[in-house]
Amino acid sequence: MENQNTIVINGNRFNFTMGDTILDVARNNNIEIPSLCHLKGTTPTGTCRVCVVEIAGQEDLVTSCDTKAVDGMIVQTESARVVASRKQTIKEMLSMGNHNCAVRAPHEESWTAYQLKVHADDNSPELCPAWGDCRLQDLAYYYQVSGSNYSNVETLYPMEMANPFIIRDFSRCILCGRCVKACNEIQVNNAIEFGYDGDKKKIIAGDDKLLKDSDCVFCGECVQVCPVGALVPKDARFDRAWETEKVRSTCSYCGVGCQIDFHVKDNRIVKITGAEDTAPNDGSLCVKGRFGFNFVHSEDRLTTPLIKENGEFREATWDEALDLTAKRLSEIKEVHGPDSIGVFTSARVTNEDNYAAMKFTRGVLKTNNIDHCARL
Amino acid sequence: MTNTIGDVEEADVILVTGSNTTENHPVLSSFVKRAVKYKNAKLLVVDPRQIKLTKFADHWLRPNLGTDVAWINGLMHVIIAENLHDKAFIESRTTDFEGLKSMVEKFTPDYVAQITGIPAQQIIDAARMYAKARAGAILYCMGITQHTTGTDNVKSLANLAMLSGNLGIPGGGVNPLRGQNNVQGACDVGGLPNVYTGYQPVTDEAVRKKMEDAWGVTGLSEKNGLTVTKMVPMAHDGDIKAFYIIGENPLVSDPDLNHAEKSFANLDFLVVQDIFMTETAQMADVVLPSACFAEKDGTFTNTERRVQRVRKAVDAPGGAWDDWKITSEIAKRMGYPMAYKNCREIFDEIRKVTPSYAGITYERIEREGLHWPCPSQDHPGTPILHTQQFTRGKGVFHAIDYIAPAEKVDDEYPLYLTTGRVLYHYHTGTMTRRTEGLNERAPESFVEISAEDAKKFGIEDESTINVASRRGQITVRAKVSDQAVSGTVFIPFHFAEAAANKLTNAALDPVSNIPEYKVCAIKLSSAA
Repeated sequence: MENQNTIVINGNRFNFTMGDTILDVARNNNIEIPSLCHLKGTTPTGTCRVCVVEIAGQEDLVTSCDTKAVDGMIVQTESARVVASRKQTIKEMLSMGNHNCAVRAPHEESWTAYQLKVHADDNSPELCPAWGDCRLQDLAYYYQVSGSNYSNVETLYPMEMANPFIIRDFSRCILCGRCVKACNEIQVNNAIEFGYDGDKKKIIAGDDKLLKDSDCVFCGECVQVCPVGALVPKDARFDRAWETEKVRSTCSYCGVGCQIDFHVKDNRIVKITGAEDTAPNDGSLCVKGRFGFNFVHSEDRLTTPLIKENGEFREATWDEALDLTAKRLSEIKEVHGPDSIGVFTSARVTNEDNYAAMKFTRGVLKTNNIDHCARL
Repeated sequence: MTNTIGDVEEADVILVTGSNTTENHPVLSSFVKRAVKYKNAKLLVVDPRQIKLTKFADHWLRPNLGTDVAWINGLMHVIIAENLHDKAFIESRTTDFEGLKSMVEKFTPDYVAQITGIPAQQIIDAARMYAKARAGAILYCMGITQHTTGTDNVKSLANLAMLSGNLGIPGGGVNPLRGQNNVQGACDVGGLPNVYTGYQPVTDEAVRKKMEDAWGVTGLSEKNGLTVTKMVPMAHDGDIKAFYIIGENPLVSDPDLNHAEKSFANLDFLVVQDIFMTETAQMADVVLPSACFAEKDGTFTNTERRVQRVRKAVDAPGGAWDDWKITSEIAKRMGYPMAYKNCREIFDEIRKVTPSYAGITYERIEREGLHWPCPSQDHPGTPILHTQQFTRGKGVFHAIDYIAPAEKVDDEYPLYLTTGRVLYHYHTGTMTRRTEGLNERAPESFVEISAEDAKKFGIEDESTINVASRRGQITVRAKVSDQAVSGTVFIPFHFAEAAANKLTNAALDPVSNIPEYKVCAIKLSSAA
């Protein structure tokens, strides 16, 4: 088509739709431009400067996430200037906090002192909770950057542990603002924003309250989008990504049917995250769906059939319990007729479970007295 | 839902009523909030409480409890009087408009204001806003249905949507928000007294014959069964002798619990299949331990009719079994083999006997679910219902008059009570109350009361008070809140030790048999 808008990225020509950013065009064509602050579905800010690219004829590098593609533009995504800029950006980020993974290249004399300081801040001898699952770490490896000048980085704001679900570790925050975008533009809970200026800049809740005293509703969207170890689920703080297996399923609370990923380790669920890039929730969850799964492994779970005798329950085998149930239902059906029995199936169990209960009620008991908690 | 969850963001006017969406469907509420904040949608909230969504709303209409038919008729009165109705849609897609028109004639804004307490001008403004929408979505929940006029309320919302041509289009629709993960699916596969799977009536001989052939049985009952809300009182009177209860806790969730408890005590035999020793299981003769959602494979169907996979992540504890396996084993012992190897075999049987599910397979929903109706494997599913015609052909307008709630306040019981959930807990709390963090956020029951009522009845914030209705009494903490509006208090029903349902009224909607959880009369007194 004559009027097609095109740009050239790394020597290849691509069509685009008016309004697309350079990052959009690149990603639509499987060209990877790294980014940290960019969050799908929200307005771009260009804050982190990792996504910079070079445009022919322009002196300054531009952030590709908030620069619109223009017809005829010629873009380089990995030129020497771009790479140098990214390396500098990443280095500065690594230098500003407790990024105690292997990318903090050992500076012989200060490494131990640095680690001990971080361990003291963390109150733990573990490496960063995000180790192995950190975008900053990935980029540091990719561009072979190590932190330096890190020896006495002051931790300005103490770690916030004062709520049941989310650890806020300001020492590892790179101020990319993804959490702010997630809270305000995706969940629209409007609980957090940027506060203070310059070196004191910080993500704050309300007028810098603890999360538990703020408007936060603990949906955990911020934790899911945090690219580093600044926001961590309290119960799964040091559960390493490579030690867990992910299983895709559907949340069992309300009727929205959010798609979830169970993170499973040693036959236990250690974490639940929202499944991304799929309807209906595209990564979002609420506090119950994300954090309310402890009941699964509760000590209170029923594990064996029980039969009541003289007013007390006793443990029984499946055969005993099933035989007794079948016998009593058969007797009552025989003596009082099928309609003297009622079955409550459940809005909590699967379609397959419900169908089996329905077929049993109608086909075996021969009554239509089946209902569930839809009305309750 | 007639439309999808994602479709909410296509609406330019959203009417939310009887749904505290941010607490009960938090993720869905973010679609509403995004539409308002970033896509210039207008939001109308009609709710007796000043819920969080009212902060995003262009208009908050605050009706007296149980007066929904009146305000909906009022909106329709204005729309017709101002000639804002969609004549083309009414002409081509509906019948019985004249009956509706004459019914709503008397529902002038002033008359509606007297019944509902909503100022007349607000009725007019809301009517104009909804009627002028390019696409207007209605979202509702139990605040609409849990009334003795619940069916009337739902039909009235359908009237309103048809009157404005807001059905069958993206961003429109009448959208009930299902409160439990698989209410939709439990209904779809026939967990109801009057229908088999896919809403095929039990009274239809051809359907019965089809099921008898598919199951290899004879003599299926030809009369409708009973709803839960009818069965429990019948147990009280001795006409029902046994219950088999799967994954439900009616002794916290039923209305008028004191009465329900006597019903259960009167049974000859009670078998409860659950994951915990619930209040209901305590009363059982046999308790059967089942696997929870994280321990089983299968499908749930969400509120937008999307059939989605459930997958096993961990083993069930001890000797707990899948629910379908337990049921099948009881069937076998009663002389009917239900020998399924796995849940996929059951799903394939559901597909065979259910036209609306016929095209859905586990393979097709491996990555993303499909919306029924999906009649064949090459059918893409149906995200939006009624785009060409309604299920029965033309949509029928129902002329519905206003009927007051079953119970009214009086000198002895001077306040209205409405019940519901809070963000941090779910239904009867058997799951959420076993997560420490959720308990930390919401540790106990409370009665939410306005500052004005608190003063009037001498109630201190945080004090312990008795709340009594004609049926029972509970003790809870007072929470003076600007969410409450004077004359009405709110109590969540999650907490068995202060069960709100000891107070609620078991009066039923005559059609759906839903109890009137959302309105009863109560009195307060200090517990000190």
